[in-house]
Amino acid sequence: MKYVDEFRDGTLARGLAARIAAEVQPGHRYQFMEFCGGHTHAISRYGIAELLPPAVRMIHGPGCPVCVLPIGRIDQAIGVALDRGAIVCTYGDTMRVPASRSLSLTQAKAQGGDIRMVYSAADALKVARAQPGREVVFFAIGFETTTPPTALVIRQAAQERLANFSVLCCHVLTPSAITYILESPEVRRYGAVPIDGFVGPAHVSIVIGSRPYEHFAAVYRKPVVIAGFEPLDVMQAVLMLVRQVNEGRAEAENQFLRAVTREGNLAAQRVVQQVFEVRECFEWRGLGEVPFSALKIRSEYAGFDAERRFGLVYAPVPDHKQCECGAILRGVKRPTDCKLFGNVCTPENPVGSCMVSSEGACAAHYAYGRFRDAREGREAA
Amino acid sequence: MRKAISIALTPDVALGDYVIVHVGHAIGTLDAEEAAATLALFAELAASGAAAGGGVA
Repeated sequence: MKYVDEFRDGTLARGLAARIAAEVQPGHRYQFMEFCGGHTHAISRYGIAELLPPAVRMIHGPGCPVCVLPIGRIDQAIGVALDRGAIVCTYGDTMRVPASRSLSLTQAKAQGGDIRMVYSAADALKVARAQPGREVVFFAIGFETTTPPTALVIRQAAQERLANFSVLCCHVLTPSAITYILESPEVRRYGAVPIDGFVGPAHVSIVIGSRPYEHFAAVYRKPVVIAGFEPLDVMQAVLMLVRQVNEGRAEAENQFLRAVTREGNLAAQRVVQQVFEVRECFEWRGLGEVPFSALKIRSEYAGFDAERRFGLVYAPVPDHKQCECGAILRGVKRPTDCKLFGNVCTPENPVGSCMVSSEGACAAHYAYGRFRDAREGREAA
Repeated sequence: MRKAISIALTPDVALGDYVIVHVGHAIGTLDAEEAAATLALFAELAASGAAAGGGVA
């Protein structure tokens, strides 16, 4: 496919790896966090970790939308389906996230809940039009990439005066999460991972632009390089980060110039601004309560807010005791540090959220990385 | 593969443009000149990397 295959060329990747190896300074270690789950997946799938010199370590960040969704929010969606008889529409990845009472949305569906997987928010609206006698709730999750489509359907529902449609809004914000990783008290308690720089998200940045990272880079003295999702993009971004570290710079740079501008997608930002406002606090799985890190529906659209419509109250629920998703999402532990990884917890039967989505650190490592571990184990023996 | 997508978020898109699609919506357009410049830079960096001999594989 044009604009995809050229960015996956193996020979160029090895050349870029050699360039990075030539520029890392002797005796210096470089630890970079890729915030976004799409990058986590690419790094595992294309073997980028093996191509990089040993001095460069990639740390997986919390930018996997399904992974950061707390149990309490999935419980709300299940409750609306099972106890209130509403049709709940949601994205496929959300279906298998483990929730309370040994349930997931998939299991709640097996128990008779009318829960439907949709590809797009617009599909949820179609269900509402087709079923005027039923309450239809769109369980909306994700970062700044999935938020504009949700805003569009809420605005559309208002124009059509659809009385049976509402949205359970769990949209979260990237910049506040990145900031929180560096400054939250819990992160200090867990022991902070020294991070020398961040690979900034691809699709999120198409929407919000590169500007929101400029303040962050300056205030926290951490380089940020926004990168595309293809392997060569990630390699070039790592090279740009290595150069910033070597030169003592901390700037927001943009590798993904073919899609990301400084201002971002203004049409998308406008519709989001019109429909949503910032929540004072929102719980993230693995990070806990993060201030000003999520969106809620503005009062002008209150009729389409499932939380108000059904009087939902949020109740936090702790994760499985032995699950290390919290520490893994903060980059403090690796998937293989978790006792449950690969035996009790697998992609077919996930215990923790990081094993659910292919963008999760555990699922990515299970699918690709464990073969590398096995190979290294044999070589060492 | 053919798929219907919404262009409500990219009102300026024109026939023949490449767009980036997320959950059924075009969220941005692809700048062909920037894409070509990035590919050219990859080739340049990779060549200088190979010349530097900093191989890891």
